[in-house]
Amino acid sequence: MSHPSEAQKFVKNENRVNWHDQSLWHVREKRDKAANLFPEWEELREKASQIKSHALSKLDYYLEEFEKNATANGIKVHWASDAIEHNEIVFNIFREHRVKRIVKSKSMLTEECHLNPFLEKHGVEVIDSDLGERIVQLAKETPSHIVLPAIHKKRMEIDELFQKHLHTQPSNGDANYLTAAAREHLRQKFMQADAALTGVNFAIAETGEFVVCTNEGNADMGVHLAPLHIASMGIEKMIPRYEDLGVFIRLLARSATGQHVTTYTSQFRKPREGTELHIILVDNGRTVQLGREKYRRSLHCIRCGACMNTCPVYRRSGGHSYQSVVPGPIGSILSPGIDMKKHASLPFASSLCGSCSDVCPVKIDIHKQLYTWRQDITRETNEEPAKQFSMKLMGWLFTHPNLYRKAGKFGRKALQMMPRWMVYNPLNTWGKQRELPEPPKQSFQEWYQQNRQKNG
Amino acid sequence: MGKADILKAVKKNKPEELPIPSLDFPTSNGQDLKSLYQERLAAGGGEVVSAKDKVEAEWIVKERMGDYQYVAGAFENLNTMDLSAIRDPHELELLDMAVFEGLLGVAENGAIWVNEESLVHRAAPFITQHLVLLIREDQLVDKMHEAYKRLRSQEYGHGVFIAGPSKTADIEQSLVIGAHGPKSLLVIMLPPA
Ligand code: SF4
Repeated sequence: MSHPSEAQKFVKNENRVNWHDQSLWHVREKRDKAANLFPEWEELREKASQIKSHALSKLDYYLEEFEKNATANGIKVHWASDAIEHNEIVFNIFREHRVKRIVKSKSMLTEECHLNPFLEKHGVEVIDSDLGERIVQLAKETPSHIVLPAIHKKRMEIDELFQKHLHTQPSNGDANYLTAAAREHLRQKFMQADAALTGVNFAIAETGEFVVCTNEGNADMGVHLAPLHIASMGIEKMIPRYEDLGVFIRLLARSATGQHVTTYTSQFRKPREGTELHIILVDNGRTVQLGREKYRRSLHCIRCGACMNTCPVYRRSGGHSYQSVVPGPIGSILSPGIDMKKHASLPFASSLCGSCSDVCPVKIDIHKQLYTWRQDITRETNEEPAKQFSMKLMGWLFTHPNLYRKAGKFGRKALQMMPRWMVYNPLNTWGKQRELPEPPKQSFQEWYQQNRQKNG
Repeated sequence: MGKADILKAVKKNKPEELPIPSLDFPTSNGQDLKSLYQERLAAGGGEVVSAKDKVEAEWIVKERMGDYQYVAGAFENLNTMDLSAIRDPHELELLDMAVFEGLLGVAENGAIWVNEESLVHRAAPFITQHLVLLIREDQLVDKMHEAYKRLRSQEYGHGVFIAGPSKTADIEQSLVIGAHGPKSLLVIMLPPA
């Protein structure tokens, strides 16, 4: 599989590409507005990054501290080395409780572990309760974005999907009507569930509690009704102190959607009376990534999705073209760490403009790590992928006039800002054997439009 | 497998210990927290009204509840459902409106903290069709940092910051209020104690 060939499928429909591009750019703009609202934004990012670096440097200590405190709170703590262990732990708990039906709230980790097919194979009904997730579940697809799972779907497609599965009337894609239908459908599922499964946004070693953030309240609807709650978390979600939450909660929603905070920031310290609360701490390759000095900082990621919303390649090629659970810039760092061969093309699915690093709330040097991956992959395979991938990428951008115009606008900015080593390096086939001209501040088209307007 | 392996791998692969930063964000004083709160809650789809005392607050709730059949929470006179008599939270599905006292409000994002004790049932503020939260002006802090400083000493099994009605934008990014939970959030602001 390779990103360029998958992207080709998406870019075939130029209208769709433009629509996708604009939807995400709109979210990016909302992020900017929220971030620019107060002066300590940069300080927050810096602190968040330092807290994460520190937490990773004492991760063994914090994991054990968390286990001790959570256990004292009455939470049952489990450890899973990989996806298979994770799924087995979940299923064993379910078997013990005779669980037949579960509601799940958005958890990229369970996607990563392929939990749904595993449970379904064992006769458990799994309902994804986040609306976007439910949409892609009904469509038998995977999320194309970690925060906006159904961002690639048009309202008419959702309308048809709901007619088929939820027996709605044709509504011409009326979002209010469709959401109301989903509300009724999912409320039934919440009422019938034997167990609820959630992800974890942050776990706090000091207090042995964890935090789940949603806008819909689906995680809470599930767990506060069912007699059993299992939370799955990657071990990198651990933060040391209670007060560290202040930093991360302030950054998360603003970076993700431009909201000041998610509607619900729900904190779990003890099981509800008469019920059980389990948490599974999952490695699944994270300790290996921890040992890779060059890519270690990718474990800072709090899954806000900002790097996807801003990435000119992601916006124009769609999340599915990455063929990995976490797509976009951060996914292109994480995925080759899991399977380099399979994901060799991903680090090349980037313009290296640095916009991802600029928006990242935990200051991951995303574009630099992507560049480093290119070198590693080129060294370990041969020089071909570099040429192949960047040529193909630019190839499809340039065959689409509308895309080309936008990419040009962006490219001019990027060329003004990019250091020389990035423009003239052996991997950039465009800088090879030619001095690129000084990029003009405006394209002719922009200049023409501006002046024509001025002159009336 | 599991724990021992993971800890061993972390120990082997982690970097030298790095320092943890101090978190001393200044609290902004003199800011009009009430109007900032109002603005930020509105951005999250909630509504704020002021009441001069609890009597007036009760009157506002009474007016809002109209002919709702099932109401529960802070105003005993208005309750048609007794939360403490309910054992199984599934029965809360009938709730039309729930009213709770907030324990802390955050001006920068409109969030109000409530915990299990004030909610009686964890599910109540999520499963109800409409939610009302009461908050006193002197329970407002400016930012999340201050909120967590105050919550430090609080004991809770579950607590939640609520910053608006339940909502989604998963269908072509159009905002729809009332995804799974409450279709509205009304915050009644009371004067300082
Ligand atoms: S890498 Fe940064 S910007 Fe991208 S999802 Fe993670 S935290 Fe957000």
